[in-house]
Amino acid sequence: MKKILFIEDEPTLQKTVGDILKQESYETISALDGETGLRLAKSEKPDLILLDLILPKMHGFEVLKELKISPETKEIPVIILTNLERMEDVDKAIELGATTYLVKTQYEIKGVIEKIKKAIGEPR
Amino acid sequence: MGIIIILTAIFSFLVSNRYIDDPGIVALIVFIITSILFIIVFIITRSFERLAEASRMKSEFINIISHQLRSPLTNIKWTFELLTSKEITASKGKTEEYFDNVKENIARMMELIDDLLIVSKIEQGSFPIMKKEIFLEEQVEELVFRFKVFAEASNIKLSFNPQKKLPKIFGDSSLLKLVIENLIDNAIHYTPGGGRVEIRLRQEKEKIIFEIEDSGFGIPEKEQKYIFRKFFRAENIQKKQPRGTGLGLYVCKSIINRSGGKIWFKSKEGKGTTFYFTHPIK
Repeated sequence: MKKILFIEDEPTLQKTVGDILKQESYETISALDGETGLRLAKSEKPDLILLDLILPKMHGFEVLKELKISPETKEIPVIILTNLERMEDVDKAIELGATTYLVKTQYEIKGVIEKIKKAIGEPR
Repeated sequence: MGIIIILTAIFSFLVSNRYIDDPGIVALIVFIITSILFIIVFIITRSFERLAEASRMKSEFINIISHQLRSPLTNIKWTFELLTSKEITASKGKTEEYFDNVKENIARMMELIDDLLIVSKIEQGSFPIMKKEIFLEEQVEELVFRFKVFAEASNIKLSFNPQKKLPKIFGDSSLLKLVIENLIDNAIHYTPGGGRVEIRLRQEKEKIIFEIEDSGFGIPEKEQKYIFRKFFRAENIQKKQPRGTGLGLYVCKSIINRSGGKIWFKSKEGKGTTFYFTHPIK
């Protein structure tokens, strides 16, 4: 089963997105802050990381930077899922190595799931 | 602007030198003209700075508000999509949980809008104070009871110790409730698990003093002077708790000042903070 790490401080989103991913037969691990997210990324080696930017303890950009520096996590695709939509944020995320940048309000939940499937492939 | 001042000084020197014989008076005229120019430049620069500051605050405001409103909105939107989708089915036992989530997110949005409305009223100088006789101790008690669940969920000990036989006060119950709510909410949010928040209420001469002490993160010394400013959030707090508008303490200060009281705090980074406010009894 393919493993997805969801780093997001909104418990509601953890629940809705997490539930759907489980139904789609993905294994999900959740982290409610940046620090925990980074730690879990290193220990759990997920197949994909969904990352919010405004996070407690450690900003999403810092998490992304660390992920892309560390040899054990740099190959894992990272989808940014946030409500920040300034061009400079998008550019920075892509420059730091994010695979996709999604602005939450612009997507239906179905659309987000499709993007995830596209980035990770069908669940094994 | 500097070049204009220098040129004007040289020009006025040449002109007055030509028509006036006394070098003392020439120097005086050059000095007066240059000073007037300096003052004008200073005033213009200051107004530009103020304009820039106002515009910066405005765009920061829009940025904060849109993010703060969008988060609960996305939560509601996606939860409803999940509940109504034909392709994705929410597991039966969970429907209630999803509705609770929606309710909680709507409350979050309403809270933010309430804060914004109060701020806008404060700005316009038009928020009425409806004073009546209230028993502050009872009001604090109620709020402490309401926040207890939240404190326990964060593993924080919340306690209330009022002095005995406190008198009733003459004040605006809903505004005072807002102040106390804000202070308790901050204290719990900015205290790590295992910590404590203690509220005390006592009388001193003709006023009541409310104190709330926490064993939290504290406010860095260099940022303490900004803490009651609109939209200001201390740096250490932003990292630990990204949600928050930076409006709460500004609202508290405006309300307490209007009610004839004072609000202040003592804080040490890493040790905790105590907020105090006073309210006249009559």
